[in-house]
Amino acid sequence: MKKNYDIVVVGGGPGGSMAALHASKGGASVCLLEKTRDIGYPVRCGEAMGEHAIKQFFPPKSTWIAADIKRSRIVAPNGVAIDIPFKKEQAYVLNRRVFDYDLSLMASKEGASVFTKSYVKSIQKNHDSSYDVHLDFLGEHKVITTKIIIGADGIESRVGRWAGIKTQVNMRDMESCIQYSVGNIEIDANRIDMYVGDNWAPGGYLWVFPKGDGTANIGLGIGAKYNKKKSAKKYLDEFIDKKYPNATIHTTMCGGVPCSKPMSKPISNNIMLVGDAAHFINPITGGGIAAAMKSGMFAGQVASESIIAKDYSELFLNKYINLCKKDFTNRHEKIYKVKETIQKLTDEEMSQMAIKINKLPTHKITLSRVFTTAIMKKPSLIIDVMKMFAGF
Amino acid sequence: MINIKEYRCDFCTACVTVCPPDCIEVREASIEIDNEICIDCDLCIYVCPIEVLSSDEKKL
Repeated sequence: MKKNYDIVVVGGGPGGSMAALHASKGGASVCLLEKTRDIGYPVRCGEAMGEHAIKQFFPPKSTWIAADIKRSRIVAPNGVAIDIPFKKEQAYVLNRRVFDYDLSLMASKEGASVFTKSYVKSIQKNHDSSYDVHLDFLGEHKVITTKIIIGADGIESRVGRWAGIKTQVNMRDMESCIQYSVGNIEIDANRIDMYVGDNWAPGGYLWVFPKGDGTANIGLGIGAKYNKKKSAKKYLDEFIDKKYPNATIHTTMCGGVPCSKPMSKPISNNIMLVGDAAHFINPITGGGIAAAMKSGMFAGQVASESIIAKDYSELFLNKYINLCKKDFTNRHEKIYKVKETIQKLTDEEMSQMAIKINKLPTHKITLSRVFTTAIMKKPSLIIDVMKMFAGF
Repeated sequence: MINIKEYRCDFCTACVTVCPPDCIEVREASIEIDNEICIDCDLCIYVCPIEVLSSDEKKL
């Protein structure tokens, strides 16, 4: 570990690795700091990602993919299931342990230095417009002097807090999530299932994402306000007992997902936030891998440009925000509005919708067709919703 | 005061995210709450997916 790097990236998830990769590609000296002992572990993710979402960055390696997803099923509160085949593109359930690890390797191949067990304790601004990053590296206090800090440190983004960016999430938008990786179940290996309604997951949804060979990620997110009466864990245990009583649980993971609007200004002088740290999450699906990678890529590019220009000001870094806006944050803003509307749908309304949709002939059950035909309430919105669920 | 069942905790930081005074520190496998700063708003209890946190009042 050197004492000086042009850019320090805090956090070794997909956002951090992409930032390190692209900043290195741009010619900067880059250091990536991961607090845990392993890149890629623990996984806190359903691990599903659309085909295009991943191919815009890399051709997917076979080791990254646990399952090819060809269709989805949405189960309404009354138990009526709508099957939707994917027509144009498929999706994947990833092995994030392998995927994240590989991304960090790619970053190191571009020249980034990667360190695990590196816990950033604080950051301190110097007089010459550089920053000191204080960290605990294997129990030893280290100081790295840098020009740009990229916070890829997840929902709690301490980098963001230290930089004076408001990172706290309103409870209204917070989802309490829990997921089990289970074995010993019989499921369609190429279909993802999503259950909606207050019974399974009030204010969120429950997912069953297959991972091959009788295994799956089964998890749910519920609105944090519901979590106090009955915890996310209780909801999930009830579901497993009822639907997959023979399932064996091999991993338990928890997490909070901010299904809020994207942060409008995830930057300040010398600082950029990417991925979950910037609340770059699809507010309906809670999916965030692609947005983390894209924002990481943009942040890395802009950071390396700022090193060349010797300008680390917020004004210069603003380019990063514009790139994100064009690519996905404007879309996320719209999705947030859709979310606010669908949250008002009652279980009864959703159930009635499912019954109507299933009356259509099978070959006509395509996303756009189905929902324009069947739904009386704001049909345009519902199409958007379903597209999001089906295509991530 | 917030009680922590550390053995239950997955160190996911959902609680850190909603904490208004930023008094919770989660590392790779540890969680600490600074009771000097804590305002007893209980938001962390609300959000915890796996019932790690509880407040004193509940116990009484």
